[in-house]
Amino acid sequence: MSQIIRNRRVEEDSWQTLGVQAGEEVSQLPAGAVVVPLAVWKARRGELLARGQVGAWLRPEDDPDELADDFGILPLIAVHFPKVGDGRGYSTAVLLRRRGYRGELRAFGDIGRDQIHFLARVGFDSFGLGVGRDPQAALASLNDFTLAYQGGADDPLPLFRKRALAGATPR
Amino acid sequence: MYRYDSLDHALVAERVAQFRDQTRRYLAGELSDDEFRPLRLRNGLYIQRHAPMLRVAIPYGLLSSAQLRALAHIARRYDKGYAHFTTRQNLQYNWPKLEEVPEILALLAEVEMHAIQTSGNCVRNITLDHFAGVAPDEIVDPRAFAEILRQWSTFHPEFSWLPRKFKIAVNGSVGDRAAVLLHDIGLHFVRDSAGEVGIRVIVGGGMGRTPIVGHVIREFLPWRDMLTYVEAILRVYNRYGRRDNLWKARIKILVKSLGIEEFRREVEAEWAEVKDSPSTLTDEEVARVSAHFAPPPYEDLPAIDAAYVQSLADSRSFSRWAERNVHPHSRPGYASVTLSLKKTGVPPGDATAEQMDFVAGLADRYSFGELRVSHEQNLILADVRKRDLFALWQAAKAQGLATPNVGLLTNIVCCPGGDFCSLANAKSIPIAEAIQHRFDDLDYLHDIGELDLNISGCMNSCGHHHIGHIGILGVDKQGAEFYQVSIGGRQGSQAALGQVIGPAFAAAEMPDVVAKLIDTYLDERHEEELFVDTVKRVGIAPFKSRVYGAGHGRDGEGAVSPVSAVA
Repeated sequence: MSQIIRNRRVEEDSWQTLGVQAGEEVSQLPAGAVVVPLAVWKARRGELLARGQVGAWLRPEDDPDELADDFGILPLIAVHFPKVGDGRGYSTAVLLRRRGYRGELRAFGDIGRDQIHFLARVGFDSFGLGVGRDPQAALASLNDFTLAYQGGADDPLPLFRKRALAGATPR
Repeated sequence: MYRYDSLDHALVAERVAQFRDQTRRYLAGELSDDEFRPLRLRNGLYIQRHAPMLRVAIPYGLLSSAQLRALAHIARRYDKGYAHFTTRQNLQYNWPKLEEVPEILALLAEVEMHAIQTSGNCVRNITLDHFAGVAPDEIVDPRAFAEILRQWSTFHPEFSWLPRKFKIAVNGSVGDRAAVLLHDIGLHFVRDSAGEVGIRVIVGGGMGRTPIVGHVIREFLPWRDMLTYVEAILRVYNRYGRRDNLWKARIKILVKSLGIEEFRREVEAEWAEVKDSPSTLTDEEVARVSAHFAPPPYEDLPAIDAAYVQSLADSRSFSRWAERNVHPHSRPGYASVTLSLKKTGVPPGDATAEQMDFVAGLADRYSFGELRVSHEQNLILADVRKRDLFALWQAAKAQGLATPNVGLLTNIVCCPGGDFCSLANAKSIPIAEAIQHRFDDLDYLHDIGELDLNISGCMNSCGHHHIGHIGILGVDKQGAEFYQVSIGGRQGSQAALGQVIGPAFAAAEMPDVVAKLIDTYLDERHEEELFVDTVKRVGIAPFKSRVYGAGHGRDGEGAVSPVSAVA
């Protein structure tokens, strides 16, 4: 079982994410909690729900609105980052949170400690780092910045609406 | 100008600490070259031909004298005693050591500067009209809005991994001195009939391999909606911009492929979701930031200064400089001054540490301690009393900063090119120098009149060759350096892209080629007609036949222009 960062702690991952490798078919479902590709979720929704714990994962190009009716029954939605430079998943997270998804939102793939602060700001609360990247070392980077100019999933108010509250003093 | 409060300072300090740790992990082997590359690029750090290159942000081109002195100190201590001002109003050091970059960033932070997002596929430094706040034709002083955009775009979590780099330009005058038609987003501040401030929003312009003049996506956007509308544009781009081909990844390609109508529908639908969100600007915030740009303590002066008028009459070289390098100001008795970084024999935009210290002194003495960097790679003192102009000119002349060529052929806009940049196909600085030498006769230069000559060493077009009246592009032909020439481009509200005149030339031919273009113009021109207007009126044919000789350059011959396909 691999380790993930969840709610700012390193934990063993209880989910198995299926169908990530190119050409990998999701036919036989293993025992336990599984995260399946959007297409599999849509095609086999009833079967998956009857079976037990299930989440869905999105490719960068997938439209998050396709899950909008399922937010209540999906405890986990994951977003794949096949390459660190493909930033579409950041907007996917913004849209999912804006549409009202409140469950666990996981970023996984080619991400590391230098990305997770921004990922957290757009609404991700769990992180499956790329191969060979130490989640324990990455935890500290969630605090690389203690403030931000823009609003985010953590706090919708941009800094300009709370400068005095945030303790701004002239220099 | 904008001064940091404790929060702005804290954020930049945290960035310095973060980059220090990233550099440490790279040097310790914990980050691979591939992993470190996008991280260092986000901090303006390139690996170049000779050494790393560090690009420092000069937000919207505004500098204090203290900041310029700090930049000079860094040039001396960490570089070879000079630096290069860029067409994006930034500053580049060509010889810093990678392991010393965190120290440089710490020094920059002390004077409220940084290298944040000066490269990488993110929102870059906002650029601005270099006469903002003092131009007589100004409608709205856009400086506060440029600073608000700087803050909004700094570490924007959602838009830090865009398909490609993203450039925003801001202008608030009747004339366009920020090239708003040639940026990913151009924000042109205007007023409606009731005097309300709003923004004409332009999207999808740009230079590079596929030069395109931008489209107006909204004629009048209320200023309060600036951030939410830009957010909507960027979200549509981040989701749908191409990521499969580096050369087709800019927003202009998305706008072109969808068509402006469909692109607008997408943006407006997204905007409907975020309009009136907490990112909507407030009167308080605009007032807070605007207070930093309050007018300096101007004196009440007569519009005409007798001593200045006398000096103009007494000295031909002073009046020639004043004609080119002194610009009108909205306050009576004041003027703005361009200190030229285009002296023949010096790479365009380069300044030595001594010159930087000297200009800082001039800014303190004559212009309230502030200056600007223009996108034509010159330095500007924006608030000079007319009565001080003669003394300022004498001082600048002694330091080689008073070349009277602003707007003229030798005021060449030029990228660092193959001498420094690893992206370049060809050298650009020696071409600029050879042309400057050919046109060293000032009377002749003034007779030719206003002419923008731009040189880029490759298709990335950092020298903005597409909008040069004469544009020169370095190309690679089987490993040899050649130069393609276009004419008829222009910046400003009548922005146009140049047309390629034909096959490329060897470096040694370039001064002759430019001379033949000028000869053609002098033969063809009507009285008071600029070079670029003559090109517009007569077309490129007479220029082609002069340059290539009889039998050459008939219509349909020569290189196919990549520009004409989209212009």
